[in-house]
Amino acid sequence: MIIPDDLLYTESHEWIKREGEKIRVGVTDHAQSELTDVVFVELPKLGRQVNAKEPIAVVESVKAASDIYAPVKGTVVEANNALEADPGLINREPYGQGWIFVLKIENPDDLKNLKDAAAYKKQIG
Amino acid sequence: MRLGAKMVPFGGWLMPVQYTSIVEEHQAVRNNVGVFDISHMGQFIVDGAGRRDWLNSMLTNNVDKLDVGMGQYTFLLNDRGGIIDDLIVYRIDEHKYLLVVNAARADEDFAWLQNHLSEGRSLNRADGGLPAFAKATARGETAAPCNPTNRSANFGAVAIQGPRTIALFHALFGKDIELPARNHIVDVPFNTTNLSVARTGYTGEDGIEVFFPAKEAVKFWSAVLERGEPLGIKPCGLGARDTLRLEMCYPLNGSDLSPERNPIEAGLGFFVDLAKPHFIGRDALLKTNEFGPREKLVPFRMKEKGPPPRPHYTVFRNGKRIGEVTSGTLSPSLNWGIGMAYVSSAHAKIGAEIDIEIRAQKFPATVEKKPLYRKPAS
Repeated sequence: MIIPDDLLYTESHEWIKREGEKIRVGVTDHAQSELTDVVFVELPKLGRQVNAKEPIAVVESVKAASDIYAPVKGTVVEANNALEADPGLINREPYGQGWIFVLKIENPDDLKNLKDAAAYKKQIG
Repeated sequence: MRLGAKMVPFGGWLMPVQYTSIVEEHQAVRNNVGVFDISHMGQFIVDGAGRRDWLNSMLTNNVDKLDVGMGQYTFLLNDRGGIIDDLIVYRIDEHKYLLVVNAARADEDFAWLQNHLSEGRSLNRADGGLPAFAKATARGETAAPCNPTNRSANFGAVAIQGPRTIALFHALFGKDIELPARNHIVDVPFNTTNLSVARTGYTGEDGIEVFFPAKEAVKFWSAVLERGEPLGIKPCGLGARDTLRLEMCYPLNGSDLSPERNPIEAGLGFFVDLAKPHFIGRDALLKTNEFGPREKLVPFRMKEKGPPPRPHYTVFRNGKRIGEVTSGTLSPSLNWGIGMAYVSSAHAKIGAEIDIEIRAQKFPATVEKKPLYRKPAS
């Protein structure tokens, strides 16, 4: 399983990349491998305000629908429309073209509650 | 697990959902050949002088139609006509039937059968039923008129499914060994034992199901993967089994079938012989036939590309609730959302426009004809 060192992680298997005032969010390699063939992604609406741990997107595999959660409080400023035509990007490039949304965050301190790569690695064993 | 399979508890067994990818496994079965471990399925043997009448009083289809070596799809019903289980009964020799039942229901099925051993002795027939039982009793034999045994723990099974099944069959058993005809079962020598090979399956492809003593399981499974390798075989899990069967609209017990649903509502009246004078659940089915079922199980297809339908989603028509989805997925063959739902009979018509509610939003769908997927003519 790939767990890049320069990202933050949630217990619910989202990865977070800090981009100044914003964060880019996707699901981890481990999550895509557990989900298996992703066939549909429901993206969040731009401008939506969310709290930490609020369901914000849905990733569906052949077998089941899984909620994706906002890692911290913020506002949706981008959603990856490429996933509508090619949801398999999540399987093929979970940390790259398979990103799901970008949040403008309210308080950078909120990110301190997230896991680093070592902690996430420990979680998934 | 060595193959990297994802395991889930299923019917008291730890079963692989998938070995690699549901979609890849599904395509292997549609295009080449796939193998499923179905050892979790229950296997009962029924023998004894009254076996035939007894089975006819316990099951909906008519076992009198079975010559030696034939199998038929049938139901075990409760007194209300509700489905305890759907199964295949094979007449494996002059004196014996093999019942292959769902894993999750096997214990319940067997207990039900044992609790109804006194059924079916009233039919007067030369080769079974009351006369044979009476004679056996007169001779002082205490044997029951029929004798069901549960061999599930000692027997395994695999399903080999896909257009290249025939090639794999010959690679396994020899080029001169003949395949059984559709829905038939034969004994075929393998190494030092005989395996039972049935031309049946749950995928809509040509295929066989092979039954063997549990001690042969590892040897046989390995042989299938080895001889199947040049044919592009993949070991397949429950996930692909589910998408393959749903494309064909084969029902899944526990999802599409339940003790609250009868075979007529499920659109499977073909496997019920109401001309038989008696079987458990018959009276209830006659009533359903007389008044018509309130709801029917129908296949449907989404009208637009969108989220796949899932079990328990609500079905609407013109804003009114008319039923509930029991099976749904994204069809790997069609790359499109498909499913089955119970809807009120008035709307259970091919072409009817319905809506599936997915996360508080309605998505249009159409009631379709079975099956939802047809192989392109080759």
